[in-house]
Amino acid sequence: MSLIRRYWLSAVAILVSIVVFLVPFAFIILTAFKDQQQSAVLDFSWPTGFHLWDNVVEVASTRNWMLITAFINSTILTVASVTLLVILAAMVGFVLQRRKARWNGVVEFLILAGLMIPPAVVPTIWLLQGVGLFGKLHGLVLIEVAYGLPFSILLYRAFIATIPRELDEAAIIDGARPLDVFFRVILPLLWPVTVTNIVVQSVAVFNDFTNPLYYLPGNQNATVQLTLYNFQSQFNTSYNLLFTNILLITIPPLIVFLFFNRQIVAGMTAGAVKG
Amino acid sequence: MTVSTMASAEGAVAAPARLRRRSFYPGWFFLPAAVIYGVLFLAPTFASLYFSLTRWTLFNSTFIGFENFVQFFREPFLVQGLVNTVIYAVVTSGLKVVIGLLLGVLLTSQIQARGYLRSVVFFPVLVSTVGVGITFTVLMHPTQGMINEGLALIGIKGPGWLTDPRLALLSVALVDVWKGVGLATVIYIAGIVAIPKDYYEAARIDGATRLQNFFYVTLPLCRPATVTVITLSFIGGLRTFDLIWAMTRGGPGFASDTVASVIYKQYQAGFYGLSTAGNVVLFALIAVLVVPLTMLLNRREGHE
Repeated sequence: MSLIRRYWLSAVAILVSIVVFLVPFAFIILTAFKDQQQSAVLDFSWPTGFHLWDNVVEVASTRNWMLITAFINSTILTVASVTLLVILAAMVGFVLQRRKARWNGVVEFLILAGLMIPPAVVPTIWLLQGVGLFGKLHGLVLIEVAYGLPFSILLYRAFIATIPRELDEAAIIDGARPLDVFFRVILPLLWPVTVTNIVVQSVAVFNDFTNPLYYLPGNQNATVQLTLYNFQSQFNTSYNLLFTNILLITIPPLIVFLFFNRQIVAGMTAGAVKG
Repeated sequence: MTVSTMASAEGAVAAPARLRRRSFYPGWFFLPAAVIYGVLFLAPTFASLYFSLTRWTLFNSTFIGFENFVQFFREPFLVQGLVNTVIYAVVTSGLKVVIGLLLGVLLTSQIQARGYLRSVVFFPVLVSTVGVGITFTVLMHPTQGMINEGLALIGIKGPGWLTDPRLALLSVALVDVWKGVGLATVIYIAGIVAIPKDYYEAARIDGATRLQNFFYVTLPLCRPATVTVITLSFIGGLRTFDLIWAMTRGGPGFASDTVASVIYKQYQAGFYGLSTAGNVVLFALIAVLVVPLTMLLNRREGHE
């Protein structure tokens, strides 16, 4: 490729990327800075005054500080479900990869089924009501774990295959008990894939809209994605507040993106090369 | 005969060793995961097969046979939801493959600002779907929206993206592609980077043009990436709910309803049996379309 052509191509690519990908984000930020009157025009213009802080306070205090409650709920939900996911998936991935048992085929089939089959919504609600977990945050935590397990197990199993069995055997010869082999020898070695798992699943759980909508109704229980949905009708004339809310809930994924870009990409492209 | 005796002899020798080793990979490690998955995912899935055949109030259910399914395939707006789902999945996964592949090739070539471009294409993947949906609903506003105002600047009268019943579904699909193409791109980048350089070397010696390079080296050799992108985005497209709900709620009318949004609407309306039948239909749709698709994709790969 000649040098001039390369520069042309680069310039065009950068220009297109700005129009297609950056302008929508710039629109969110600009609108979040505006007052109600100016934001109602819906245009792409510089704010006449900077009202971001007023907007943030107003969004946060709407409906009795619902957004703050929602951030607390989402944080609890994300931390609890990802912690459980990581430990349980690593345990399954470890035994699944190490031990050739007859039911491994069944387990693998169930994992693939979990990746494909859409959850049966109303029966799940019926079941959650039966065990008293419907509309409870810890019920939703277990739901997120159940839905996230197949993907996490696949990531762990692929990584554990690269850890030599001799390590387990050395630990066994040194007198380690089964639990020690896993928790003190294997689990620390899984750190890279654990980071990938934590990052990918946290983003997924934090951004989840459908499951809280179905399984966690009620204002007191709202998660951040639901606040957006609830405010959509309430703020249909105050776009500045709606977009301030969007801006606020985009910040956590942005931070994750800035620090863990590589792990996210690694996790999401796992399996793409081997097929 | 000899083989089987050898195998059994080997088994006899290996058995004690395996017994000892077995205890170091405890089977109960499966247990907590299996309980959560079994109770909260598998049990409802099996229960849905029964409840889809009933009229159901959550407290009691009356068996009505296949009436829910008959209704699903007779009511025009439910049938449209089914058709829309397939259109949506085909359009989004098709566009993601084409655009993702082109971006993948572009972003592995000697281009300036590669890191910036990769980041900017990928970032929407991590942003809240509802947030993206609301943002684009505003941007696609027929008169005040930025997209149509931008088009007006160059003399094109933009359509009512979300208000025109013929366009609504496709507009949502385009936003889905905007948000999801970054994932397809990074999958393709991983696939393209993994192609050994020798192939391009050999092609260069044979005097291949850049177009031939693309069609005869890159395209066949990043096939695993293509399979992944198609499968992921096709399943995702069939199951899509949050973007449609955030942007059109299935409207105008039922023009952009999909099976997933029908399930939610029937659930809200209290038709739990019908909603569950929708779930079974979606499950069947995915099984009927995705299983042959993956088999086809993987078989061709074996031949090459």
